[in-house]
Amino acid sequence: MRIERADFPTSVTLDVRAGQPLALVGPNGAGKTTVLHAIAGHLPIMIGSIQLGDRELVELAPEARRIGVVFQDFLLFPHLTVADNVAYGLRMCGSGRKPARAATLPWLERFDLSDLAGRYPHELSGGQAQRVALARALAAEPEALLLDEPMAALDVEIRDEVRAQLADHLRDFAGPTVIVTHSAADVAALAADVVVLERGAVTQRGTWESLRAAPATPYVARLVERREE
Amino acid sequence: MNPRPALVAAATATVAALVLVGCSASGAGSTGTPTATPDSLKGTVTVLAAASLTEVYRDLATQFEKLHPNVTITQSFGGSSALSTQIIQGAPADLLATANEATMKTVIDAGLTDETPILYASNVLTLIVPPTNPAHVATIADIADPAVKVALCDKTVPCGSAALTLLAVEKLKVTPVTLETDVKAVVTKVELDEVDAGLVYVTDAQTAGSRVTQIPVPDAANVVNRYPIAVLKGSTNKAAATAFEQFIFSTTGLAVLKKAGFGTP
Amino acid sequence: MTPARRSGPAVIIWVIAALALALLVLPLLGILLSAPWPHLPALLVAPETLQALGLSLLTGVISTFCCLVLGIPLAVVLARSVGWAVVPRRLLRAAVTVPLVLPPVVGGLALLLLLGRNGILGKYLAQLGITLPFTTGAVVIAQTFVAMPFLVFAVEGALRGADRRVELAAASLGATPFQVFRTITVPLVAPGIAAGAVLCFARALGEFGATITFAGSYPGVTRTLPIASYLASQTDLNQSIALALVLLVVSVAVLLGLRDRWLPGVRG
Repeated sequence: MRIERADFPTSVTLDVRAGQPLALVGPNGAGKTTVLHAIAGHLPIMIGSIQLGDRELVELAPEARRIGVVFQDFLLFPHLTVADNVAYGLRMCGSGRKPARAATLPWLERFDLSDLAGRYPHELSGGQAQRVALARALAAEPEALLLDEPMAALDVEIRDEVRAQLADHLRDFAGPTVIVTHSAADVAALAADVVVLERGAVTQRGTWESLRAAPATPYVARLVERREE
Repeated sequence: MNPRPALVAAATATVAALVLVGCSASGAGSTGTPTATPDSLKGTVTVLAAASLTEVYRDLATQFEKLHPNVTITQSFGGSSALSTQIIQGAPADLLATANEATMKTVIDAGLTDETPILYASNVLTLIVPPTNPAHVATIADIADPAVKVALCDKTVPCGSAALTLLAVEKLKVTPVTLETDVKAVVTKVELDEVDAGLVYVTDAQTAGSRVTQIPVPDAANVVNRYPIAVLKGSTNKAAATAFEQFIFSTTGLAVLKKAGFGTP
Repeated sequence: MTPARRSGPAVIIWVIAALALALLVLPLLGILLSAPWPHLPALLVAPETLQALGLSLLTGVISTFCCLVLGIPLAVVLARSVGWAVVPRRLLRAAVTVPLVLPPVVGGLALLLLLGRNGILGKYLAQLGITLPFTTGAVVIAQTFVAMPFLVFAVEGALRGADRRVELAAASLGATPFQVFRTITVPLVAPGIAAGAVLCFARALGEFGATITFAGSYPGVTRTLPIASYLASQTDLNQSIALALVLLVVSVAVLLGLRDRWLPGVRG
């Protein structure tokens, strides 16, 4: 996947390979989430392009892009059960209720949600909600996946465990993946490549190891030091 | 005709008196003189009057207030039955003027009038159609045609009971599209050309002027509504209220009523 | 914070609230106390009462349905209008508010001037053989006109309170805008829709002025309960009170009944 976004306030070019999750990091207000919403189609791109495989996405409506999104606070549908949340994408693509339910079962199993299938979002813990959000995004069979601060809404104590599970699930996903985060731990555990965004501009890109070896800005320097926290 | 119990005796007496007034007015040309001296009258007189009296009572009040600058006449117009109900439910008012005797009787029966009501005017019905006369109504018989849209007053208000009586006299079976709560609502529906015809008082037709066309109904003269007025027991300004009542059947007052199309009772 | 310090302003508020409640409830108590209880059974099953009640319920239900179909999309547009320029935004809001502040009789007159057989649109309808005034359809239009703001504002309030970002989540899962509206937006504001529909129905049931002006009054066709009650008040107060009582009981039952039954314990 290749994303070029040239309009104000953010100008960024991302090159994301399947199987090599890319972390988009930067301080608050750097424009990370803006880039993510632009890729998902929630914000228009004036000048630029998004190529997914051989498809150009800029002109497409969000629902036609086939890009899965895991939002920071998950945004599960409050009026639907876990099973119906996960089945939602298939239902919208025209599957009947029963086939969609059936197709959802393996996803529920894989994300350890089978026992929670009948629950509503407000009855879930943060870690469970995150798994539902990920299962919901993947069950729709997207061609690319975006995660916006996937750990931010979780209690600190459980983050390491959930992060490890998430890393496993991301490895199973075949398409390009972009993770927006400001956490060094997320970058180290989840991403292969890193792009640093500061004030709407890319200030450094490379692997986590290369950033640690030679931080290009004071922000990157502070970021790599926080690794152990 | 509607039976008119209880009130009949009193009504006859006042009619006699009124005829006298009428004769002396036309014969000798005497001017109506208020009974009290102007300076002694002051305050507010609240009048509840039938919808069909709206314009003529506004006129009368204006003229009366010229004679008695210290008196303010406050008027409220509506369906006679609604006004009677308001009085019975304790509405504060000095004078009640209804459009027929039956509604006045409910107030008399409740013991709320201060005197025997005086009959001072009469009204008859007429048929009105929009100026374009879309249904080509030529006589009252035409409104029995189901294709003609007719508006009448509901039978609970005087113009409605009068309309029913008139239609019975004419031996017509009419299915109206609407039964309105007062006569002005019927005039409005005809004016707006939403119905093809309506039965209203001749005075309302006259007030509407060229906005409606009248179709003469010969038998209408036989169906007469008499207008009683009475000072109410609850009146807090009986002197001024009585003066206004007397002004209404003074020569000046009767002339105003006649000009508006009202007849003698 | 001590209880004593809190009770100062609270007492005043309680007293005023009690006064407000008394103003709202005591007139209704008046109806109950002066109701002709011994005659009531006979009055209630009188053909005119049942006819007016049936007509009121029928037109009320249809009007509420019309308000839902037309009003929910309007509420969505109104909720989105926060991003518009000031003038069109305020004009839209004013237009939705008009039936609330307009005397219903004036609303009825306006409907006549628009849809009457000589009205701006009505004359074209008349050429097609459709005349609305004095029909049951006119009652529905009049009721829809006066009741619509109740639904629109209730739903708009719910939309503003709801987290609309879940609509983005739905779009990212492949839902088209209309699918999002149907499967996410509407269920999300279901409590607001339910509350709005109940208010709407109650308002439609009580509608008098616009109905009598636009639709007239004819038994079985356009004479709804409030009109029947008003006409009865001219001659037979007992009959009028009986009809008013029916109206009161139906309205209160609807307001009490629908409210809590709506949600299956699913608030997000």
